[in-house]
Amino acid sequence: MAKHHVSATVNGDPVEFLCETEDTLLDALRDSLGLTGTKEGCSTGDCGACSVTVDGRLVCSCLMLAVEAEGKAVATIEGMAQGDTLHPLQRKFLEHAALQCGVCTPGFLVAAKALLDRSPEPSETEVRYWLAGNLCRCTGYDKIVRAVLDAAAELRGA
Amino acid sequence: MLDKVKTDKPNAYDWIGTRPVRPDGVDKVTGRARFGADLAMPGQLVGKVLRSPHPHARIRSIDVRAAAALAGVKAIVTADDFPDQAAQLYAAGEQTVDYRDMVRNVMAREKALYEGHAVAAVAATSASIAKRALRLIRVDYEVLPHVIDPVAAMKPDAPLLHEDLITVGVEPRPKGPSNVAKHIEIGHGDITAGFRQADLVLERSFTTKPVHQGYIEPHAVVASVSEDGQADVWVTTQGHWMVRAMCARLLGWDIGKVRVTASEIGGGFGGKTVVYLEPVALALAKKARRPVKMVMTREEVFLASGPTSGAHVRVKVGVRKDGVIIAAEAEMAYQAGAFAGSPVGAGAMCAFAPYDIEHVKVVGYDVVTNRPKVAAYRAPGAPIAEFAVESVVDELAQKLGFDPIEFRLKNAAKQGTKAAYGPKFGPIGLIETLELAKAHEHWKTPLGPNQGRGVASGFWFNIGGDTSVSLQLNEDGTFSLTAGTPDIGGLRASLLMMAAEELGVNLDRIRVQIGDTGQLGYNMLTGGSRSTFSSGMATVEAARELKREACKRAAKLWELPEDAVEYRKGTVRPTGPNAGKHTPMALRDIAGIAGKTGGPIAGYARLNAQGAAPSFATHIADVEVDPETGKVMVIRYTAIQDAGRAIHPSYVEGQYQGGVAQGIGWALNEEYIYGPDGKLQNPGFLDYRVPVASDLPMIDTVIVEVPNPRHPYGVRGVGETPIVPPLAAVANAVANATGVRFPDLPMSPPRVLAALDEARSQGAAKM
Repeated sequence: MAKHHVSATVNGDPVEFLCETEDTLLDALRDSLGLTGTKEGCSTGDCGACSVTVDGRLVCSCLMLAVEAEGKAVATIEGMAQGDTLHPLQRKFLEHAALQCGVCTPGFLVAAKALLDRSPEPSETEVRYWLAGNLCRCTGYDKIVRAVLDAAAELRGA
Repeated sequence: MLDKVKTDKPNAYDWIGTRPVRPDGVDKVTGRARFGADLAMPGQLVGKVLRSPHPHARIRSIDVRAAAALAGVKAIVTADDFPDQAAQLYAAGEQTVDYRDMVRNVMAREKALYEGHAVAAVAATSASIAKRALRLIRVDYEVLPHVIDPVAAMKPDAPLLHEDLITVGVEPRPKGPSNVAKHIEIGHGDITAGFRQADLVLERSFTTKPVHQGYIEPHAVVASVSEDGQADVWVTTQGHWMVRAMCARLLGWDIGKVRVTASEIGGGFGGKTVVYLEPVALALAKKARRPVKMVMTREEVFLASGPTSGAHVRVKVGVRKDGVIIAAEAEMAYQAGAFAGSPVGAGAMCAFAPYDIEHVKVVGYDVVTNRPKVAAYRAPGAPIAEFAVESVVDELAQKLGFDPIEFRLKNAAKQGTKAAYGPKFGPIGLIETLELAKAHEHWKTPLGPNQGRGVASGFWFNIGGDTSVSLQLNEDGTFSLTAGTPDIGGLRASLLMMAAEELGVNLDRIRVQIGDTGQLGYNMLTGGSRSTFSSGMATVEAARELKREACKRAAKLWELPEDAVEYRKGTVRPTGPNAGKHTPMALRDIAGIAGKTGGPIAGYARLNAQGAAPSFATHIADVEVDPETGKVMVIRYTAIQDAGRAIHPSYVEGQYQGGVAQGIGWALNEEYIYGPDGKLQNPGFLDYRVPVASDLPMIDTVIVEVPNPRHPYGVRGVGETPIVPPLAAVANAVANATGVRFPDLPMSPPRVLAALDEARSQGAAKM
């Protein structure tokens, strides 16, 4: 069967790719566009390692078909830093040692950014519930939650 | 970024004990870091595995003709592509694996022994073609009766997994086969006499369920084999030398022909210490003459990669009126999965390790069942054994009217104590962790309604082993450090700090990489909490060799004896009577004259790291139990553990916190659930629920430092001990809250509610 042609925007750049009907957005990002920062942990939407935003909305890219990206603006971890300047969340993750193996980290950062974009002053509980869709098996979440709260404070200029 | 350092306390060191940003950090927050599934080789095929739908079945025949005829299919392998192996053990970290079993686990031969057991594999030009090809493979199975529970598997009429399995460790040698692979017994003293001296004897039985390591990154490999037999493997693993040895053995190739590169690893916790896909990908790549990439789905990870054992444990402890534990006995049956080799040996050795007990006896059984072969999981075997023992110790303290910490202090192992598993302890920090727990504000804070508090201690041995590290002085005076133990959670940072400390230079002068199997001598895998200890020791040795060499070169230039030159903070200078006779030379200048004074300057350490030292911990857990639903929430947690020396305290804290989270999951939620059909009912993260951020509180940590005298900086190894105490700490807290003891894990809401209801009907519940 012929592949589908999809045009979209990824991290601000126009992209085009071909995909099979059953391919997910995650497949397209990783295999067609070479953006392997977005990770596959489960392919059932349970681990959040593949978190991206689509038109500003946080989604598991393993649960969205690649063809559905037509005309959409996708943001991935590769677009988070501005030039040499890391996003405050990225910097705070490093300063707080909020990663061990690092495979869940891109998903956490994308999800945390989506939280802070809508809720600049989250409580610890809000952070914990917002990030409940992102699994981390290494850290016990303590340092991740602290890093997100600290980044939020910095972004507010507090 | 590397100069951003927070220091906790006044410190004799420049770097040890500080908290710099890890050198691999930027790559990991920007998506640049390459994990197992992130590499694509030109022309690569997609490999997929056909797995048994039956928990136990004889394989009569496999017909691959239709699959092979499908356009786009480039290779198919079955057990026929892997020569059979004689029984021989390979030491993979904390476990030994038998090649005869391994070749059967990688690809089922005579029988499929668990649901998900690999029976064939396909390489094709796309994932969809590979999946279609799997559906075209015809396997003729003779379905056999199965056994899932280890106690049922020990019964004489249980279905036999291996018709030739004779129990090891029983005299006289059993005449017939059984599912009991091994019987072990350890201890000292006279257990019968010991119990006679006891004023109170308590005996309890416990069960735990198999739990998975739960690394977020599934197994993944890319393999390529050239026409002349030179093989390259890119793989997520805890040990690429282990992968090389096992693949070469299983395929009958020379070790030297196989080069393995470890990708970044997205968690392992012991689960990536054996091979599954790797030899299959190599066999497919050789047949197809193209690179083959294989990645497990999450379902495959649950079905076919190692969880740890479920177990039945009986513990009996005798105490004198004065609170001294005089005798202790345990009997434990651990299920190994489809092949022999549960961690029951380590469980038996750890069971009573925190205590100084005159009479000890532990008996263990290693039992095969129709489940995936267990793999190492963080302190393999210890959490199960110490859950049982620490629950009994807690109940004894309660019955005798002792404070549980005081009771433990009274019996705690210390330097000179003869451990239940044989040796005498050197300097250890158990008493320090108990004293700090007692003094901690957490221990004294009042509890609210429906809340309870529990405490438990834990132990792990830690190991050393074969290690190689190289350190090069580059032409401009910077350094390249190459280690061979995969960096699973901050290893590069701690090696960098030890190298910088030893060399007296800034962190940004050194770049650390994890080398492939062609770049260094043998390295044992990352496991046994050995990497910071062993690769750290080798790093220090390599740095010292490099410093000696730098001094030698200056001595040659200055025409001085070698010992008349000293190294200080990145420079070499004349010393003793010659001090001041020559201007000190910076390493940049030494590097510049390397060619004229004997060639490149480097240090290379290859050693078998000896002197690994145990790490003890004491944990305090607070829980709140919902009397209506039985849901248990951990509301506060403090982990206190002896690190020996915390090289990078943030990553030591992270190990404590991560181990606690896994232990809480084990205690409250996680379990492999099998139906009567012998099939796993929850092979996914939705139904196998690991703790998420909203399930947990902040996890406080206290780092105790009783230095290990055998390591240049006092390192003990910290990674595994943190998962040992939480099971009992949480269970003891639930008992404290409810008045009901929970000997069976997990303490999931339906179980807790049922137990509460029963206790309420007998007037025995506190809620």
